[in-house]
Amino acid sequence: MMGVAISMPVILPLLGAIISLLLPARYNNRIAFIFMLGLVVNAAWLLMHFSAQGPYQQVMGGWTLPLGIALRIDALAIIFSMMSCVVASVCGFYARFYLRAKQLKQFWPFFWFLLTALNTIWLSADLFNLYVGLELLTFSAVGLVALGQNKHALAAALRYLFAALLGSMGYLLGIALLYAQFGTLSLSQLSDAFSLTTTSAVALGFMFIGLMMKTAVFPLHTWLPPAHGGSLTPVSALLSALVIKASFYILLRLWMALPFGENAFVIGSLMGTLGGTAIIWGSWMALNQTQLKQIVAYSTLAQIGYFMLIFPLFSYSDPTANQYALHGGVLMLLSHALAKAGMFLAAGNLLICTNKTDLTSLAGLSRYRPLNIFAFGLAGVSIMGLPPSGGFNGKWLLVQSALMQSKWVWLIIILLGSLLSAAYIFKVFSYTYLETKAGDKFEQPSAMLEWSALSLSVLSILLGFFSVWVLDLLTLAEMRMP
Amino acid sequence: MSFLTMLPVWVLMTSFLAAMIIFMLPEHRHGLRTTINIVAALIKIAFIILLLRLVAQQYTPEVSFELLPGLYFVLKADALAMLFAGLSSILWLCTTIYAIGYLENSPNRSRFFGYFSLCVASTMGISLAGNLFTFLIFYELLTLSTYPLVVHRGTQQALNAGRIYLTYTLIGGLVLLLGVACVYAFVGDIAFGDTTKMAEFVAREPVSAAVIFLLLISGMAVKAALFPVHGWLPKAMVAPAPVSALLHAVAVVKAGAFGVIRVVYDVFGVALSWQQGYLFVLSIFASFTILYGSWRAIQQIDIKKRLAFSTVSQVSYILLGVTLLGPIGTIGGLVHLLHQGLMKVTLFFCAGNYAETLGIHKITELNGTGKRMPYTSIAFTVGALGMIGLPPIAGFISKWYLGTGALAANMQWVIWVLLASSLLNATYFLPLLHRIWFLPQKGPWPDEVSNQKKYRDAIPLLLIPTLITAGLSITAGLFAGSDFSPLSWVQLIVTREYQP
Repeated sequence: MMGVAISMPVILPLLGAIISLLLPARYNNRIAFIFMLGLVVNAAWLLMHFSAQGPYQQVMGGWTLPLGIALRIDALAIIFSMMSCVVASVCGFYARFYLRAKQLKQFWPFFWFLLTALNTIWLSADLFNLYVGLELLTFSAVGLVALGQNKHALAAALRYLFAALLGSMGYLLGIALLYAQFGTLSLSQLSDAFSLTTTSAVALGFMFIGLMMKTAVFPLHTWLPPAHGGSLTPVSALLSALVIKASFYILLRLWMALPFGENAFVIGSLMGTLGGTAIIWGSWMALNQTQLKQIVAYSTLAQIGYFMLIFPLFSYSDPTANQYALHGGVLMLLSHALAKAGMFLAAGNLLICTNKTDLTSLAGLSRYRPLNIFAFGLAGVSIMGLPPSGGFNGKWLLVQSALMQSKWVWLIIILLGSLLSAAYIFKVFSYTYLETKAGDKFEQPSAMLEWSALSLSVLSILLGFFSVWVLDLLTLAEMRMP
Repeated sequence: MSFLTMLPVWVLMTSFLAAMIIFMLPEHRHGLRTTINIVAALIKIAFIILLLRLVAQQYTPEVSFELLPGLYFVLKADALAMLFAGLSSILWLCTTIYAIGYLENSPNRSRFFGYFSLCVASTMGISLAGNLFTFLIFYELLTLSTYPLVVHRGTQQALNAGRIYLTYTLIGGLVLLLGVACVYAFVGDIAFGDTTKMAEFVAREPVSAAVIFLLLISGMAVKAALFPVHGWLPKAMVAPAPVSALLHAVAVVKAGAFGVIRVVYDVFGVALSWQQGYLFVLSIFASFTILYGSWRAIQQIDIKKRLAFSTVSQVSYILLGVTLLGPIGTIGGLVHLLHQGLMKVTLFFCAGNYAETLGIHKITELNGTGKRMPYTSIAFTVGALGMIGLPPIAGFISKWYLGTGALAANMQWVIWVLLASSLLNATYFLPLLHRIWFLPQKGPWPDEVSNQKKYRDAIPLLLIPTLITAGLSITAGLFAGSDFSPLSWVQLIVTREYQP
């Protein structure tokens, strides 16, 4: 039973993709509903199994390691697959009401391939399998960006494609070198065999740079704003909330699995420096944008910086501080997924209202669409890291971790970043409060669109109250580790 | 958990749920919205009365749950909490009635009343918070929920004021966050009132402890409008009158002052803070702010601006009282939290009445208003005389205790500060009273509302809350000796604080 359940997150969306390609378009929505429901039920079942019996690993098709394809369920995997289930369901629901029939027909296959790729990445326990996931992810994501079908969208898609392929190349080169040296690509086996030599250092260098390219870590981020800001709203939400998390997830896995020993401090500090720069630069750029969706896109850049701070803070000196860093980082990742998807959807709704993309046209909207502004605001609270929200809890834990290790630089960057993010979010907010004489001529988005945005934003706030549930999963896993 | 232990949650929820329902209601459902507002405010007062009786009988309802591993969200109704919660609940009712009258026929009422209730919910959370972390959550929530009220008018001027307000309060919040994070990282999760761990920490690392105290107090000082971080308060005057009344008399500045009280009494302990010299530094800042605020108030020609600088000065009386070691000074500071709230809300209501009925904003336009709007003018007179400290109005009680407290704490110089400030208070309030009652009207009123001719004064919805709060200001002073006065409640708090 467990063997079937663990492969379902990969098989179901793959089936979904094939069926939505084969069957006439009019069945697509129904298929989407059934398969999404199946995925959610399956994820819930996996969660229950995990919290009762702990981590679980399954080698597919009877091949043993290192050749077989291993899937495994542990705390991180379960948290991330739950996250993508929730966010993808809402984004899919949103897309059904947002896209035109013709776009929708092309949207669904890509959507399902994207989900297949994501779930492969969450569950895989070996590096090559992760590579396959990454490639599938790249192609489906690029396809989704190109759905925009105007000149800018195509240019952005092409730029994204090049960057992502370059990243994949780096990653592939790295794992080839690793395989040559250690003879295995399974993460658990590598974790035992690994030692830092010249070859493995070069290999990891390629892999890290490749993955950071795909995650859009500063200074490898230039492809992100056009791709995320320029594509269709549900696609922007999926990309910002989920897709960049996939490559980051692999980085995190490598960081936690491989023993870096004394080098952890140097590498961690280096990655933290990039992250810190990303926080300041991304927020600053967000503050200077005049287009609504560009602000949200640049905000993602800054938030990625926060995730990168896990590395310097999680560096083997103090177990409690490490735990806080990991917990804080995971909460940041989760709440960003919920809040950023909510924020993009809310921004998309506001664009429907005004039919223009610049900020000044938002004047008067807080009166006309209060619910939508509220959704944007709630997501903003989580992004700014103000309480009560998941974002605040994450930031709080990171701050605690930094304080415990007396790492003042990271502390100051975290706090400065919150201030800058408050600045760009309230900038949007204040435009919606402006009362002008121009008179209000707004379109009205459908209620379904507004409620989708609100539901995600509310979840990111609720995460602030129920963080213990998520963190309990992580500590459960730590206790059960053999 | 019984109904009684959960009472702190219900108190919080009455305004929080009211806010949520109001947000969901369509804009045109004015009647329903008003009903929900008033009913929620009344229910809250009922809960508060119930809680007051419980707390008086040495019973402390407490609710807590784990928010992060080892980190608890605690709501606790202790005697000090009830002081602030009681004040907010009464003034919520008055201000809501006032706001209903004030905003009649204006747009965006759904948004306004929603955030208004949310703001009160945050204030309730601040008063009932049982540890620094919970306090921080509501402290930030208060910032978020007051911003939309400050920019409510949607003019460029309002937006600029909102930006200044945010800059101050968010930076203050961040400093507070840092302080609270340090407390949790170095000392641990300490409940309000449990000062033993902190005392050990101060003995072990006096410098770090002083830095933490500085961070916490600076974070609070921004909202309490202590010099030099008071700049947002006069700017925030562009908000509608009920907002000014609520912000200045209750929510924001009092949240800051209340936070300082919590930090001094329930985190560090008053004896320890005194002994370390923290309180002396704070008393210097408070005294300076008292004089500086009054001085700046004299220079203002706009009524609301003058009142705003008066608030800057008056809130520091509370802080000054906190810094006077010994029960009498503490009584003076705490009781002023309530008294200043009642009197200042009266004054802002009156300013709103003048503006709404006759279009008066400037002090020079006040000439002869005593004849045109006698009831409002009487209320204004009560508030102004109370601020100066004239018996039997509540302000006198505060100043009396502050003065005797200063003597008891052996800080004679404070008496001079109080005297000088009273003089300055008189200087900026008495000319107003003179204009109102003794000078003849100069030409037509700036912007008289014509359809209100049938009322001699402001419309009843504006006038009644004004008279109620003015009446309360007198009652609180006149019956200070009775068992139900703010003074006797404060004496109860102080007895419990100074008795080990």
